[in-house]
Amino acid sequence: MEHFFSLFVRSIFVDNMIFAFFLGMCSYLAVSKTVKTAFGLGIAVTFVELITLPVNYLLQTKVLALGGALNPGVDLTFLSFILFIAVIAGIVQLVEMIVEKFAPALYNSLGIFLPLIAVNCAIMGASLFMQQRIGLDPSNTQAITCLGDSIAYALGSGIGWGLAIVCLAAIREKMAYSDVPKALKGLGITFITVGLMAMAFMCFSGLTI
Amino acid sequence: MNKKNKEAFIAPLGKNNPVTVQVLGICSALAVTAQLKPAIVMGLSVTIIVALSNLVISLLRNTIPNRIRIIIQLVVCAALVTMVSEILKAFAYDVSVQLSVYVGLIITNCILMGRLEAFAMSNGPWESLLDGLGNGLGYAKILVIVAFFRELLGAGSLFGFQVIPQWCYEHGYINNGLMLMPPMALIIVGCIIWWQRYHNKELQEQ
Repeated sequence: MEHFFSLFVRSIFVDNMIFAFFLGMCSYLAVSKTVKTAFGLGIAVTFVELITLPVNYLLQTKVLALGGALNPGVDLTFLSFILFIAVIAGIVQLVEMIVEKFAPALYNSLGIFLPLIAVNCAIMGASLFMQQRIGLDPSNTQAITCLGDSIAYALGSGIGWGLAIVCLAAIREKMAYSDVPKALKGLGITFITVGLMAMAFMCFSGLTI
Repeated sequence: MNKKNKEAFIAPLGKNNPVTVQVLGICSALAVTAQLKPAIVMGLSVTIIVALSNLVISLLRNTIPNRIRIIIQLVVCAALVTMVSEILKAFAYDVSVQLSVYVGLIITNCILMGRLEAFAMSNGPWESLLDGLGNGLGYAKILVIVAFFRELLGAGSLFGFQVIPQWCYEHGYINNGLMLMPPMALIIVGCIIWWQRYHNKELQEQ
């Protein structure tokens, strides 16, 4: 239980997808103009991570890795890129259809973000980081040793990404009233703001639970 | 080489740069630039993958059904990225360890999907190849600039060789360790964008 909690909190604050690894930057910069849409995208990313990570965890440990339950003795890990991205793209398509059918209101508010999530590096990145962490020693705070761990990691990294995009959107909404130099307006000042936010998040880096 | 092809190749290097103007492929551009060597390897890998996947998709463009095109594009990219990753592991193991997950993340690099959607799906193979090369090199250029400043100011070296003379350290010069941390990558890219927009008025936002 303690390990779940530690993994969850560390993936929000210490190993934040945006501030520590720069994953999902493209949509992070493009969709952070208003808080409302940023919040929607944050929810969507968390949701998709919550489904794809456990599936990819099972795929990695049971099918691809040597000695898995369904693996007769061939190391197939070199196929992981293709399989992970296929799982992500497939699940995003599936989630899109299900949400459209059963929750049209949510579907309309997420709009074009749902299909775009398939190419969000934060999702693929979470799967690849998980793949690296599977082999770690179980006493390590970052180790992912069971399905529950992968769910905790998915939830934490998704919420961390959502938190980062909502914070940036709030700052950008306020920044519309400030007098920024012409050449720095828009993209330039956004980069510098994210840099300063990342510095603030660095103060969590010693956090242990 | 006619004018249009030349434009497709030259524009991404300067006024239509994928990183600073189209805002694509930022993730890896920031993450691998703490040193010059991985930055150059990453730039070359992305150039090769963008050029080849542009070529393949452009050859296939009339046979791909519109509804499932994203998945097909992703599979083509993933196959190419797997090959590059295996080659790196075999011939440049140290660098592939340094790049860690970011080689795999080339699949979801927005430059790739952006160019495939915007260019390769509607242009011939030769133009697409040039466009891919141009965009890859434009990306590599930004990576090299960022990595140059980060490694020089953060570690006092270039390609791992010390360039700031020893007597500077003896007289109290200290490397700026913050340059090697994630936040400074963002701020350096912000400054590059600032500089570019200062010189190109038409790129400025209202």
